[in-house]
Amino acid sequence: MTTRLFGEPVRRREDPRLITGQGRYLDDLGAGALAAAFVRSPHAHARILDVDVSGALDVDGLVAIYTWEDLPGALAEPLPLLIPHPALTHGRTAYALAREVVRHVGEPVVMVVARDRYLAEDACALIRVDYEILKPVVGLEEAAGGAHLVHEDVPGNIGAHLVQEVPGPGGVTAREAVDAAPHRLEFRLDVERSACTPLEGKGVYARWDADDESLRVYSSTQTSTSVRMAIAAKLGLPLPKVEVVAPDVGGGFGVKIVHPWPEEILVPWAARLLNREVKWTEDRREHFVSSSHERGQVQHVRAGFDDDGRLLGLEVEILHDHGAYTPYGIIVPIITSTQLLGPYRVGAYRVEFSSVYTNTVQVTPYRGAGRPQGVFCMERTMDKIAAYLGRDRTEVRAANFIQPDEFPYDQGLTFQDGRPLIYDSGDYPEALRMLKELIGWDAFPEEKARAAAEGRRIGIGVGCYVEGTGVGPYEGGHVQITSDGRVHVSTGLTSQGQGHETVFAQIAATELGVPIEKVSVVTGDTRRFGYAVGTFASRAAVMSGNAIALACRKVREKALRIAAEALEADPRDLEITDGMVHVAGAPSASIPLATVAVLSNPLRYAFDEEAKRATQFAGPASDDRPPVAEGEEPGLEGRDYYSPVRSTFAAGMHAAIVETDPDTAEIQILRYAVVHDCGRLINPMIVEGQIHGGVAQGVGGALYEKMVYDEHGQLLNASFMDFLMPYATEVPRIETAHLETPSPLNPLGIKGAGEAGVIPVSAVVAAAIEDAEGIPIDRMPISPSDLHTLRLTR
Amino acid sequence: MKPPPFDYRRPATLGEALGLLAEAGSGGKVLAGGQSLIPLLNMRLAAPARVVDVNRVPGLDGIEAGPSGVRVGALARHAAVERSPGAAAAQPLLRQALRLVAHPVIRNRGTVVGSLVHADPAAEMPAVLALLGGSVRLASRGGEREVPAAAFFTGPMESAVRPGELAVSAFFPALPARSGTAFHEVARRHGDYAVAGVAAAVTLDEDLRIAAARVACVSVGPVPVVADVTAACGPRPAASVAWDAVAAAVRDLVEPEGDIHATADYRRHLTGVLAVRALRDAASAAHGEES
Ligand SMILES: Cc1cc2nc3c(=O)[nH]c(=O)nc-3n(C[C@H](O)[C@H](O)[C@H](O)COP(=O)(O)OP(=O)(O)OC[C@H]3O[C@@H](n4cnc5c(N)ncnc54)[C@H](O)[C@@H]3O)c2cc1C
Repeated sequence: MTTRLFGEPVRRREDPRLITGQGRYLDDLGAGALAAAFVRSPHAHARILDVDVSGALDVDGLVAIYTWEDLPGALAEPLPLLIPHPALTHGRTAYALAREVVRHVGEPVVMVVARDRYLAEDACALIRVDYEILKPVVGLEEAAGGAHLVHEDVPGNIGAHLVQEVPGPGGVTAREAVDAAPHRLEFRLDVERSACTPLEGKGVYARWDADDESLRVYSSTQTSTSVRMAIAAKLGLPLPKVEVVAPDVGGGFGVKIVHPWPEEILVPWAARLLNREVKWTEDRREHFVSSSHERGQVQHVRAGFDDDGRLLGLEVEILHDHGAYTPYGIIVPIITSTQLLGPYRVGAYRVEFSSVYTNTVQVTPYRGAGRPQGVFCMERTMDKIAAYLGRDRTEVRAANFIQPDEFPYDQGLTFQDGRPLIYDSGDYPEALRMLKELIGWDAFPEEKARAAAEGRRIGIGVGCYVEGTGVGPYEGGHVQITSDGRVHVSTGLTSQGQGHETVFAQIAATELGVPIEKVSVVTGDTRRFGYAVGTFASRAAVMSGNAIALACRKVREKALRIAAEALEADPRDLEITDGMVHVAGAPSASIPLATVAVLSNPLRYAFDEEAKRATQFAGPASDDRPPVAEGEEPGLEGRDYYSPVRSTFAAGMHAAIVETDPDTAEIQILRYAVVHDCGRLINPMIVEGQIHGGVAQGVGGALYEKMVYDEHGQLLNASFMDFLMPYATEVPRIETAHLETPSPLNPLGIKGAGEAGVIPVSAVVAAAIEDAEGIPIDRMPISPSDLHTLRLTR
Repeated sequence: MKPPPFDYRRPATLGEALGLLAEAGSGGKVLAGGQSLIPLLNMRLAAPARVVDVNRVPGLDGIEAGPSGVRVGALARHAAVERSPGAAAAQPLLRQALRLVAHPVIRNRGTVVGSLVHADPAAEMPAVLALLGGSVRLASRGGEREVPAAAFFTGPMESAVRPGELAVSAFFPALPARSGTAFHEVARRHGDYAVAGVAAAVTLDEDLRIAAARVACVSVGPVPVVADVTAACGPRPAASVAWDAVAAAVRDLVEPEGDIHATADYRRHLTGVLAVRALRDAASAAHGEES
């Protein structure tokens, strides 16, 4: 069937627009709008003594200056703590504009609105803020020491503390299991901070319609529906009077799921107050110091295992740095603690984390969301066990794998969605077999010996992960077929370049039997779809994909019902091919979907030829039946929701071969191989693209990216000059192979793929460097300078 | 990240440009390729009262190569110099170094002379000029002066250019017969400023022994560090030089500082490694020239 597109490498329909400069990003909108800019704290921790704006008042084009004192009602309250958790006993959030105390460099203190951004920044430069500098708390262990406090009322800087324990056979605790194991290892691991750094920063543009008393807001967000609710609540507007649209968004990777950002409520507020369009476009420096970071953790590990390397007990203690505030709760350390187990069955497991405040930028999920740290921990553990026992590293992993016949497999933990961590499906031994073949694992020792004979150092590493994807609570889809035969699909969640316009169209075209050219997709526009959660946790395909499929099935059923009547056939005998409804096996008995759409909507007025055919005087309807039958609705459209009982669990395994220069300590990735299982593939090309992007970010986390704070809490590398995001030249060619173990949990059998690529990269690269150098690598990222130092201190 | 207000001027002649610069005094800044100045303006790290854009001034984009060397005009872009066959023939180090400067798109706009005036201690072209003993020609309303490399680089991001002056060209001398050059560096990413880098020039005698050897090291001092290592290398054929001793000698000459990308110790170590790599390549290039 020509319309069967599910599973095909259909070219991304958004690309011609996005790569020829036709994309409409936030800053492309609102050319005439006033510009907002912010005076941000230059200090990591300080008390605001005085704000003197007098110097700025003469700036030509200045429109308004606001501080916290100007904010009315709910706007003056702290920003919401979006995801509360009983373990987050001391959750704290910032104010939209700082009130009394600033707790990180970059916190907004004063908002300026002017004719353009240049003038707004001129005014900012002339505003004087007097601060009393307080002792900054920087560094995880310093913070946990509690000598100085980030929040006066949070003792020890501990925002949250959570222990999860899964007893082993016979109810033994992890401590007992480790103590009783034949072999034991104890070590410490460090993962540095990084950040999402999407190419487009955040941005908000608001238009107040004074006549209509309504607000239209464009935001570069991962959740327009929720931003809408936040704005309505903070500004005291009726929900129907607020529309939020996510235009083309140049990447999110997690930072744009946080909401409302101060600017997302301040800009609409100012637009209404001034009755002028107002826009704020975040610049790169602002993004570094006022958006979110992630990753920073210190882990203490105790592992007990038997002669085959089977983990009998595992104890992990995590110090998690959540920066100055906790608007997104403790999702990140919860994911680290639970997803740490990966594809393995561990005898007994205990994980404990303390989430601590520091005077640094807040920490919220960044692609991978705590998993890279968890996988780093588990995979370093596997490698250390193999080294200790002198066994092959893949053998040790295989000895610990959950087997294909053990699904659904209950890890006994509570996942980030508050539901039990139960893996739905997977085939880890097969994935490992495929990976070893792809990278040439068994032949590598020879290759390594040959290289050594030439004076070259090469090493190989492997890493496995399981990723809970497609978390609830729900997403919805709306599908409408209009009388021109076009199919309009909308879903509430947003897109940041992933290819939703393509995959959702593939799903709709396949479900409805129409050519993909007839399908258009709208995401993240509350005017089109009001109920949604957002794009995060590798959930868009699973959640909206299934919702759209279900909505299509409703529309299809209705179309067949109407067509059956017109064709005087049994709906069960009908099929839809290329947009024509026809009797199976008899293509001549057919009716176009466009005509079905006309028939579905009886009209009074004839405004064009199509409408003429649909007027109440045209049809064959009998006089004793209402034009719209009971239980029916006019129009050929359907809406449905998908709400899963729990997450689906995708999995993957990566391997890398690296070379280290014996003299300069430069590190080069020679080969990078990925075996990936996200259930049924909607579009293998898009999945590979997601993997490539993820691996690229993973390479950043492994070899380049860190947030370097000095002891005063100043971020020393707040620019792309010194924060080293890898260029294309630093990212290796990525070899991929797909395994498809369908999810039994959803109609399409799919699992998420968005974050996967990034998750195991640090673990894999560390393992490969360790193999090349023979030095334990326990801290990531690692630079040539770091490797040089390790060599000297070996 | 928007600049504060400034007076933008785009003169059409050299005389007009020099007049505008003279008028502005220390408040004036020349805009050439803008690859360094514009970021400084946007980050409000520089706030000149007047920016004099010389891009429309005719006659400044020359690349004149001859037996004595290459004269590069103020508007000659990195990319143009990199691709000039004449320049590469007269002084191969230009192309060798320019390939390490930033990325192609930046080289399309950035200028060699701008890079010299900018005087970033991590930049390649100042090291090249210093190694070769070249010079920069400065023009002002009062006349012209030629400043030798040794006097041109006065500190990190500081050059001998005075208020009111425009650097109109730079001269990169050719080397004697049986000479070779090379540039080796380690950067964190392709095209980044070097963590450490060494330019080398070697001249052989008639018996193909090293008669002169010099290096210029970047990112290990406030200005390019030029060292004559002839004594450590010669007069011996490259194959019998005690390269470890040369590396040690170079390491001892530099006083690098640590930063967020590299420790001082790593920079010192690298400089030794890269000096040997560059000197050996320069020596074989010199050999190649002979045969
Ligand atoms: C991402 C990136 C990476 C880079 N990497 C490197 C690198 O690896 N190595 C490297 O060497 N450079 C690098 N650069 C800098 C680049 O080479 C610049 O082009 C160069 O340093 C300055 O040249 P310009 O023509 O752009 O000068 P501009 O930016 O126009 O000017 C720089 C300074 O020099 C002054 N100036 C310029 N020309 C004259 C003149 N004729 N007379 C008097 N004053 C003048 C200006 O007033 C200003 O102070 C990089 C730049 C970027 C953006």
